[in-house]
Amino acid sequence: MINTFTLDGMSIPFSEGQTIIQAAMAAGVYIPHLCFNPQFKPHGSCKLCTVKVNGRQSSSCTHQALSGMVVESNTTQINDERRMLLQMLFVEGNHFCPSCEKSGNCQLQATAYELHMMSPHFDQFFPDRAVDASHPEYLLDFNRCILCSLCVRASRDVDSKNVFALSGRGIKSRLIVNAKSGLLADTDFCGDDKAANVCPVGVILKKRIGFAVPIGQRSFDEQPISASPHPVMKEV
Amino acid sequence: MTSHLETAANLENLRRIAIDPVSRVEGHGKVTILLDDKNRVHQVRLHIVEFRGFEKFIQGRPYWEVPVMVQRLCGICPVSHHLAASKALDVIVGAKHLTPTAEKIRRLMHYGQILQSHALHFFHLCTPDLLFGFDSEISRRNIAGIAEKYPETARRGILLRKFGQEVIRHTAGKRVHGTGSVPGGVNKSLSIIERDELLKDIYQMVAWSRDAVLMVKELHHQNPELYNSFGAFRANFMSMVGFDGGLDLYHGHLRGRNANGDVLFDGVDYQNYTQLIEEEVKNWSYMKFPYLKSLGRELGWYRVGPLSRIQNCDFLATPLAEIERREFIAYGGVMPMHAPLAYHWARMIEMLHAAETIKDLLHDDDLTGSELVVSGERAFEGVGVIEAPRGTLIHHYRVDEHDLVTMCNLIVSTTHNNQAMNEAVRRVAQQYLQGHEITEGLLNHIEVAVRAFDPCLSCATHALGKMPLEVEVLNEAGERLSYFARSGAGTHAC
Repeated sequence: MINTFTLDGMSIPFSEGQTIIQAAMAAGVYIPHLCFNPQFKPHGSCKLCTVKVNGRQSSSCTHQALSGMVVESNTTQINDERRMLLQMLFVEGNHFCPSCEKSGNCQLQATAYELHMMSPHFDQFFPDRAVDASHPEYLLDFNRCILCSLCVRASRDVDSKNVFALSGRGIKSRLIVNAKSGLLADTDFCGDDKAANVCPVGVILKKRIGFAVPIGQRSFDEQPISASPHPVMKEV
Repeated sequence: MTSHLETAANLENLRRIAIDPVSRVEGHGKVTILLDDKNRVHQVRLHIVEFRGFEKFIQGRPYWEVPVMVQRLCGICPVSHHLAASKALDVIVGAKHLTPTAEKIRRLMHYGQILQSHALHFFHLCTPDLLFGFDSEISRRNIAGIAEKYPETARRGILLRKFGQEVIRHTAGKRVHGTGSVPGGVNKSLSIIERDELLKDIYQMVAWSRDAVLMVKELHHQNPELYNSFGAFRANFMSMVGFDGGLDLYHGHLRGRNANGDVLFDGVDYQNYTQLIEEEVKNWSYMKFPYLKSLGRELGWYRVGPLSRIQNCDFLATPLAEIERREFIAYGGVMPMHAPLAYHWARMIEMLHAAETIKDLLHDDDLTGSELVVSGERAFEGVGVIEAPRGTLIHHYRVDEHDLVTMCNLIVSTTHNNQAMNEAVRRVAQQYLQGHEITEGLLNHIEVAVRAFDPCLSCATHALGKMPLEVEVLNEAGERLSYFARSGAGTHAC
């Protein structure tokens, strides 16, 4: 017998141990998310994948699928709340899409388009964040960090390096690197690391290749994020 | 020279008229006029009150971001900033010679922009003044009025601009604020489909551009007294010319002439522009006043843009435009043309040249090539210069060993023309305001002079020609005697 739950009225099959979002993705149903990446353990921090499970809100990336549960995701109320979360992410950082080299390949931007975010709505924080260009081949632009911790998990769980960590609490939370100097050049980070290629926004960037992919050929030019949430970035 | 009108000898008992804003390129400017009780003009200033800040906030950013970021300076000619920055960064990445495909794609992008910008300026912004009259009925002095009275003219203007925008879209990825040019080259070439799509319409664009030259030329011939004298003043002029002396809006070296047309300097490598040009700061304007070092502050100011370029080069490499250039030069006689309204004629010759150049490029197979980017020995400082629609545009950057920008200096076309625009406004004030009661039509004469330069004052004029204007007449005690305002909603006196 196949285990199933319903998601917005659709019957979604799942296997033992799968979370709601894993089962939904396997069935080709998109649930908006940012900190979730199927290659890593869930983190449950961005809250964008929040759904209603039997009427109660829960993160679909951490909630185990159970047979017979009724899940709501694509509703006006939930999408309004997701849009607000996105707006808060935008104003907490410095996200200037017009001149960002990640534009068109950015999951934050693509999710905002997907959820019809038309403005930041809230006052911009304009935090003063530095750019770490110390590494000869990679750049860290902390202005765009959404604290998803994917680089932390990739460096720790895949690269076994612990190059990245989240430091601080609440609004003072920030991404740091594992070096006394605080500079990427003084860590053992390298371009082959998983952490170098996992950032969903424009924080960890390979130098000197920005804008090499023309408009029209970038990942989310070709199809919306709902059609391919984790596209393989094009080689330059 | 009207420099005596920059600052009144005695401010007592003068009343002040402020045209604020005169609307400007992506921001605001104003004209202030000081008159005595007999309405004699004592002081006229075009103030630029913009503050953009790009030179500062580009600092600390990675250099490859620069061409995309700085183009946001402008919504009308972003390609100019995109390409000038790219050219400066070509130096930084050691790309001494771009691939043929990269250079031709950039040229195509640039000439597409020249076409669309010149069409926008002439048809949308200026034909209402030129075809209806400077003080004609305000309600129809706009592109909608042109569309009603001269529908074919309006249609051609719109389609010429559209074609230029399509050229930009195919080369930069978007009609406005694309990403096509990168340090060392471009990120795309043309597909055969894209090339053929442009080829389909280019011959019509050439024909319409030629008709536009004939139209503006006819206007000069019909009323030479007005067109040759309105706001006219003598000035040095400067532009980039090709290495062969011909008009080249994309690359070359700097040449300057004095008001008689004699060459002041030639063959100047723009990497050394700081040896040629210095900028003066005046406490009444946020825009600097560039001048030629060799001539000093008083005599060294100059003019840039189409009127300078057409008279500064030795020839135009495209046949139809070259015929028109020769006629233009012949019309001026032994001396260069200095009349601001001649800008329109020169601008339309450039538009024709741009259309012909695009046609020639579209027949070049290099446009569809695949070699897009080159690099070489890394440098830490670079200057890029391009002839933007409005004139010479200089971008200058320093980049550190970590690839971050540490210094940026931009001298935009409108800045070069700062003193020249002030001269034109002063001349018009002398010619038309002196001793007259102020009317909306007279105010528009001031704007006509400013518009001739096509400064980026165009943001507000996009509102169907109804640039917001306010004029206050105060007595010596600062009390308001009369007030005249014009907004997008119409004109009213209070």
